[in-house]
Amino acid sequence: MKNSFNILIKSPKFMLGAGIFIVMLALVLIFPMINRKDPLEMIALAFQPPSSQLWLGSDNFGRDLFLELMYGIQTSIRVGLIAGVFATAIGLIIGLASGYIGGIVDNLLTSITNIFIVIPSFIILILISVSINSRSSLVTAIIIGITSWPWTARAVRAQTSSLRNRDHVHIAKISGHSTPRIIVFEILPYIASYVVMAFVLQTASGILSEASISMLGLGPYNTISLGIIMNWALVFEAPVAGAWWAFIPAALSIALITFSLYMMNTGMDEIFNPKIRS
Amino acid sequence: MSSRDLLIRGRGITKVFGYGAAKTTAVDTVDFDFHKGEIISIVGESGSGKTTLAKIIMGLLKESGGSIDYKGQPRVLRRHADRKKYWKDIQAIFQDPFSSFNLFQRVEKLLLSCIRLQGLKLTKEEQFNKMKEACSFVNLKFEELYNKYPFELSGGQMQRLMIARIFMLHPKVLIADEPTSMVDACSRSTILDMLLKLRDENEMTIIFITHDVGLAYYVSDTIYIMEKGQIVERGPAEDIILNPQQAYTRQLISDVPKIHTAWDLG
Repeated sequence: MKNSFNILIKSPKFMLGAGIFIVMLALVLIFPMINRKDPLEMIALAFQPPSSQLWLGSDNFGRDLFLELMYGIQTSIRVGLIAGVFATAIGLIIGLASGYIGGIVDNLLTSITNIFIVIPSFIILILISVSINSRSSLVTAIIIGITSWPWTARAVRAQTSSLRNRDHVHIAKISGHSTPRIIVFEILPYIASYVVMAFVLQTASGILSEASISMLGLGPYNTISLGIIMNWALVFEAPVAGAWWAFIPAALSIALITFSLYMMNTGMDEIFNPKIRS
Repeated sequence: MSSRDLLIRGRGITKVFGYGAAKTTAVDTVDFDFHKGEIISIVGESGSGKTTLAKIIMGLLKESGGSIDYKGQPRVLRRHADRKKYWKDIQAIFQDPFSSFNLFQRVEKLLLSCIRLQGLKLTKEEQFNKMKEACSFVNLKFEELYNKYPFELSGGQMQRLMIARIFMLHPKVLIADEPTSMVDACSRSTILDMLLKLRDENEMTIIFITHDVGLAYYVSDTIYIMEKGQIVERGPAEDIILNPQQAYTRQLISDVPKIHTAWDLG
């Protein structure tokens, strides 16, 4: 594992992605500590263009957009990470169970996974969001997580069912190891790099889903996320007012975050792909 | 061999994969009797079902039909504890040493888990000595490789470590599924000699799974010839090789390349 990490550091793509991501994360975590104002406080006139006082101008309510953006990126990354954790965990558990146990359990779980794949998850996302009354950013993140696991489950299942028939698993079995032990020590290490990659991808797509659903006005309440900033810009007709600063920075932030995550994923793929590796 | 020494007995062992149109009978009503200290070879071409049969005997695959008696009792593998007890007696070496190792664990860990399977409570030093003894049995230096990862070893070293594992476990039955087919000719004879030595020291029953009739004749007491999931011929090695009854057996024997005669490749 340590060895893999050392190789990873040498990959320019991974380092570029990780660099962008870490710098961004540091910025949005540190800036609110320096500028301790409330991002929802109205401090200027509506749609003021960027100036030395308001770095990214003000929005329709006269709020500081740069400060809003900092909080928005924070929320979006948090929602993305929570969604990623949920999606990866569910996908991993279902994939491992289905691949390792096999037989009827496998058939059942694979059918469930396939059903989730053919139903467009975005529609489920909208329907669940509409039907829930209190939406915090955590609830939104969980909803995104439980609608986006099927691809992870499929890939994990495929890898597990091929690993299950490897000789080292047989050796572990006839050495009397218990099933949980075999899964943790004989199967998981082999798919760990894949799971980390899937997690990064799920996080990126979680951020995108949050942005899309918030832009439709179905996102979390009482918080600021990148999607919500875009939603405000849309609802209060920032494009008509010519206030590009109300939505372009937010859109670029989404692009930059997902770009950095995809870059990390590509870097990892090049290293962990068994065909290229060793 | 008297029936008193009978160790494993199988009657009507059948294994069917899939169902409907895709149904394949890999092992078809096979009977066998393995005695204590006997070396048995199961010989057949690729796809004849010999590895499937081996996995059934090991308890890694569940048979679709038939019954296996172990030490005169019907074999029970329902609970994990039952299986663990069974695997204390029955162990295996697989064909591919490279896939037999967990690439993420050091060599030491494989040997330590053997001590754990036997349920021995040993001090660190006793454990070390035991592992060292096992390695020296297979001409490996434990001090040099205990904290190495499997991919730092050669195929021959890996396969010898697998035998060291068997040496530590002292099973009653060893199932060797083509143990020499992926190592070079030089390591091959060493590995075979080690296995024979194990038999002599522990009265171990060894079940060789191989496609090589020559090898089977060299090592075994009894030969089972397997074709398309069925045992077509069985008996003492001498009889089978010198006086084959079945066309398939004759075919297998004539396919063995001979160094001293010209090869007919036409």
